[in-house]
Amino acid sequence: MYIARQDVVSTASLTYAGFFFGLYLAAHLVARYTAPFADPYLLPIAGLLTAIGLTEIYRLNPNDAFKQGTWIVVAVALFALALFLLRYDYRRLETYKYLFGITAIGLLVLPVLPVFGLTVNGARLWVHVGALRFQPGELAKIMLIVFLAGYMREKREVLAQGRPKDWGPLLVIWVLAMLVLLETRDLGGGLLYFGIFLAMLYVATARIAYVAAGLGLFIIGSIGVWKVTPHVQERVTIWIHPWTQHKVYCPLSGHPALRQDCQSYQLVKSLYSIGHGGYAGAGLGRGTFTTIDGHQIIPSLNTDFIYSALAQELGLIGAAALLLVYMIFVLRGMRIALLAQDGFSKLLAAGLTFGFALQTFIIVGGILRIIPLTGITLPFVSYGGSSVVANFLLLAGLLLVSNRANREALR
Amino acid sequence: MNRQVSHIGVAALVLLAALIVGTTYWQTWANAGLANRQDNEIRLVAQFSIKRGKIYAADGRTLLATNVKKTIAGQTLYFRRYPTGPLFADVVGYSTQSRNRTGLERSYNDFLTGSNANLDTVFRSTLDKLRGATVTGNDLVLTIRPGLQALALRLLRGKCGAVVALEPSTGRVLAMASSPTYNPNLIERHFARASHTTAPCGAALLNRVTAGKYQPGSTFKLVTASAALDTGRFTPSSPFYDPGYCVEYGKQVRNAGNPEAPETFGSVDLSTGFEHSINSVFCNVGKALGAATVLRYAERYGLYSLPPLETPENERVASGLYDHGVLFRPKNPATQVDPGRLAFGQERLQVTPLQMAMITAAVANHGVEMRPQLIERILSPGGQTVTHLKPEALGRPIKRQTADELTRMMELVVQGGTGTAAQIPGMQVAGKTGTAETGRGNINTTWFTAFAPADRPKIAITVVVENQAGGFGGTVAAPIAKQVMEALLR
Repeated sequence: MYIARQDVVSTASLTYAGFFFGLYLAAHLVARYTAPFADPYLLPIAGLLTAIGLTEIYRLNPNDAFKQGTWIVVAVALFALALFLLRYDYRRLETYKYLFGITAIGLLVLPVLPVFGLTVNGARLWVHVGALRFQPGELAKIMLIVFLAGYMREKREVLAQGRPKDWGPLLVIWVLAMLVLLETRDLGGGLLYFGIFLAMLYVATARIAYVAAGLGLFIIGSIGVWKVTPHVQERVTIWIHPWTQHKVYCPLSGHPALRQDCQSYQLVKSLYSIGHGGYAGAGLGRGTFTTIDGHQIIPSLNTDFIYSALAQELGLIGAAALLLVYMIFVLRGMRIALLAQDGFSKLLAAGLTFGFALQTFIIVGGILRIIPLTGITLPFVSYGGSSVVANFLLLAGLLLVSNRANREALR
Repeated sequence: MNRQVSHIGVAALVLLAALIVGTTYWQTWANAGLANRQDNEIRLVAQFSIKRGKIYAADGRTLLATNVKKTIAGQTLYFRRYPTGPLFADVVGYSTQSRNRTGLERSYNDFLTGSNANLDTVFRSTLDKLRGATVTGNDLVLTIRPGLQALALRLLRGKCGAVVALEPSTGRVLAMASSPTYNPNLIERHFARASHTTAPCGAALLNRVTAGKYQPGSTFKLVTASAALDTGRFTPSSPFYDPGYCVEYGKQVRNAGNPEAPETFGSVDLSTGFEHSINSVFCNVGKALGAATVLRYAERYGLYSLPPLETPENERVASGLYDHGVLFRPKNPATQVDPGRLAFGQERLQVTPLQMAMITAAVANHGVEMRPQLIERILSPGGQTVTHLKPEALGRPIKRQTADELTRMMELVVQGGTGTAAQIPGMQVAGKTGTAETGRGNINTTWFTAFAPADRPKIAITVVVENQAGGFGGTVAAPIAKQVMEALLR
């Protein structure tokens, strides 16, 4: 990448690469020390994905890459801290499950509060303290998974029987989370949390009926939300008919325009970007993301839409390889859940892994027009501090679970 | 719990696999459809990151289209420059970001951008892409002689019209000039200025050679005479009597000239009728042959189909009868077409200069019509010839004997008939004049179509000049044709 841009290997690029390698080495040593029996594949995969993301972000906007690099340092530090603090037994987290649940709700509510809240792209997902901005939803996701794992482990038998009393706290936190998401218009987040919830419920109770009922409720709920929320209606229209032959009303400008020039602009341009990649791609650093005048074609390219940048530059071969890396991560994560001895660990590993996979599906599937597009980050690859931090914490969780599982297996 | 964990594991993997399927769909199956979308700026920019092939005139040195490298926002882009300005505008066309492409820039875009299916090109551009090097297109070498082209355009200066010259034995286009024309270098930023013209006929961007439809007037007598001789119904010495008019549908159709006192030639033969372009003679030929036969020969020469040429289809039009602007193919010519007026080039005939040049070149080439050809060679970026385009015969509209008899008659036109202004000392020139009344005052469209030397033709040329008040083919168009032919043959 650096070579393509400057035709020579500059010292700056080597410094970057060396620094990144050192960071990865440090993370590796911490993991070796605190979790010696942990799965050996996950950290390298995370490192690879982060490196791919950082490279593409650098290619798109070097300034962002510097910020992202800083966030990766923060994320690795928190990753090391989490491993270190929980190195003996992470299962004590289970004791604090309600705290996690309530904190998660609290985090989700933060952006709605007038003092901190910030609306970006029609959704109130951001919190700012001074110059620092972050999306608390990413952290809330991990906390909710911890809560769900703890609660479901404790009540899995009674939940399976379906007594209302045992469902109470679960549903309370659940409904609160959904309401908050509806209020913040974070559709991708809502879909993600709901998917994680159903998957974990299925793992805990083995009742396919719950999944069916959940899906049924989800469909009814979605139709309801679709009917009353113009924002959602717009997303669905964009999904089904991104291109129009004739001008339609454009809510952004208030004038009639072709839909591909208005609401579905971002989706359509992103599809052009992907299509342009073809089999072999344009080559890293050789993709086209700006017009001849130098204007960026696709908005939020390095966050939500980084996949369409990668697909253009790496082509089908590279994009498929990237997705295969995600699949390996998921395979290893599910393997950890299978090997884990206790219910909390199983639920935690399965929940974290499924959440990881579902989040990838929601954003890339949205970009590929498989499902309606909702803004959410691509794990480890997208630009975004809170996302990187949350994903490294997720990784720490999986490593801790696998460390324990493997250690016990060896005994 | 392990069963359920495997279930959701499989579900997660299926979701991710769906993403691979989705990506495959957009990058392979739907790829072409996306690339053709009007609002696909990526495709547009990518085209400009390709170093387009250069275009040369027939001498292989005169550069007609080249690239200017510009770096904008970190991207290296190549923009087109046309060093000869308006000289080749109608042939080469333009390639800009703000407008669609035209001319050879459009129809040979695949070669110029190195995306054609030629094995050598595929190998090279794939290698370029993999190496990350700039993709470079193929160069084109045209058949047009730059000197002749410049002369033709200069002779048309201040007029509206067209000059097209072919090499009869090969069909190579030696000159193709249309006036008024435009400067392709101005299209990108100053489109209004580029397309503006002070000429009364307007349409500076129109290639009049291939897309200008004109009433052929007496030049169409070439087709009628071809039919007359080739069917064996007439010979050059077939006798006629010319009273100054011909009777059609019970009415007199007068010869050219003063309507009160039209030219009257009395007893003549077909050859003399051709030499002096006597309408009554051809009127009677047309009536004797019938419209169907004349139209059949017109079709054999290529009327009613798009002349094959390398320029884009939408920049060429077919010649033939036109009814309210639409090509009219009569189902029953005997009742739908006036055979007498058809025979001397009136009726609703509309012919392009290129089509007339092809007819003339076919006569010159002893009855074999060659495919007109603008591109001589296609070169790799290294300068090696990738493809050498060979001359190709379209067909034989008339017998060799017919062609030779016609040649003789055309020589008479220049020797002592309507086309004496095209005489070149020491050389036999064969030609035919045409003067089509536009119906507005005495404003005429003047034609001259010719080839030389008559015995071993090196050039066939058609000249059309529009809007000539009181001008004739023999006085306006013939001198232009003469100078162009002379420049080539001397």
